[in-house]
Amino acid sequence: MNTIAAVRARMQAPSALRGPVLLAIGVAAAGDILLRLSGDSATAVASILDVVLIITPLMGLVLGTSRLHHARDVVTLMLAQPVSRRRVFVDLWWRGAVPLAAALAIGVLAPFVWQRQLVPTGVTMVISMAIAAAVLAVLSQTLAMIIALRFDDRVKALSVSLATWLLAAVLWDGVVLVVALLMADRPIELPVMMMLAANPVDLVRVMMLLGSDAAAMLGYTGAMVSRTLGTVTGRAVLGSILTLWLVIPMWWAARSFQRKDF
Amino acid sequence: MIDFSAVTKSYGKRAVLADLSATVPEARITALVGPNGSGKTTLIKLLLGLARPDGGSITVGGHRIDSDPEYRRVIGWMPQIASFPGHQSGRQLLASLARLRGDDVEPDLSLAEEFDLGDNFDRPLGVLSGGTRQKVNAVIAMAFRPRLLVLDEPTAGLDPLAARVLKDRLARERQAGVTVLITSHVLPELEELADHVLFLSDGRAAWQGDTASLKRRTGAATLERAVAQLLAGPLALEAA
Repeated sequence: MNTIAAVRARMQAPSALRGPVLLAIGVAAAGDILLRLSGDSATAVASILDVVLIITPLMGLVLGTSRLHHARDVVTLMLAQPVSRRRVFVDLWWRGAVPLAAALAIGVLAPFVWQRQLVPTGVTMVISMAIAAAVLAVLSQTLAMIIALRFDDRVKALSVSLATWLLAAVLWDGVVLVVALLMADRPIELPVMMMLAANPVDLVRVMMLLGSDAAAMLGYTGAMVSRTLGTVTGRAVLGSILTLWLVIPMWWAARSFQRKDF
Repeated sequence: MIDFSAVTKSYGKRAVLADLSATVPEARITALVGPNGSGKTTLIKLLLGLARPDGGSITVGGHRIDSDPEYRRVIGWMPQIASFPGHQSGRQLLASLARLRGDDVEPDLSLAEEFDLGDNFDRPLGVLSGGTRQKVNAVIAMAFRPRLLVLDEPTAGLDPLAARVLKDRLARERQAGVTVLITSHVLPELEELADHVLFLSDGRAAWQGDTASLKRRTGAATLERAVAQLLAGPLALEAA
């Protein structure tokens, strides 16, 4: 047997975990640098949050779509066994979502722990950020499953994943801003709230900002968001919408898997 | 063993199987043949539950295929040139499948010995040659002592010796009462093995019956020529 091939195969051994582990290291390294460079912990938290909100959906969508397409033959073999599709779906989802969510949560927490910044920054704040990363990871994995099941062509599936990420994590804020400008002479609370609810990345961002002092840095929009959603009811509404964002795509993915012709 | 009754299946607007009715007899080797796009792969997918028919019914050993996956316990499937996880060995993949199936019986690895797979069964699949991976696929298909074997181009990539080992094994399985459904484009190979033919054309069973009676009907000396006659269309068959 070719020695190089053997070594390569051994390096591929934990391939299912390699992506999440590298991601955890990358997020931890980025967090470490931001913590060292930022003058105060509030700025560091805002910067790390930005990194998490950009990186998590990207990795979840791209890794998830790629993983599912790569595993298509073995999924087919599993489905040809005397086991229910539901069981195979849960197995696939679990193996994708849990390592990614754990990796991101650990990557967010680690620099605060080793730089002993957990207490000065606020334990609740840092843990909330880790949970937010995990929630986004789970959601993006579920969306990746829907995309991978919908598009049999790997390139097309990855393109749709990237487009979804671009819209949710990058372009959506611009859309919201344009709408806010166009409706400058009218009450914009309701349209902005509706657009906020339509994007889980923004939902998580707002929930995190409401829990920190950073909302004050967002000027008029921050003030409006704080005024409208900063209440207990507002936070409960945000939490409920985010829960729906977890439940509905999960139901959709399970239904797609159940009906899929492999 | 398998009964397809008025099975229909479409992908979008394209009808792949149209009111297909056919029987795969028990303890025989049935060659599933037909031109490209005739519905062979779709038929196998429906049988394995990988796709759902739009209409009609399929029964395996008297049990109608529905949402209960238990009927698949008697099926061993060897897919065509499957790319299983490269980091897993054949033995690990087999163990994963055994766990998934909830089987507590020791898998039958006699085919691995017949192939003389040796250490290759414990090496990562990613470093094995295509032919060796195909041997592993065959071992996995037979490991859980199936009563029905579904084989898609089973000798593709195998060297002549390994192909001989597999064909001998299939002949012994048939003698032991196992039903085999096999697709291959290598018709001389099918002639060697199959005693029953199911010929698909345009999503229908255009011919089903003994290999010998097909050759008699077409006046062809070999299965390859007989199938060529079938491919030429039903009129050619009538003329023969």
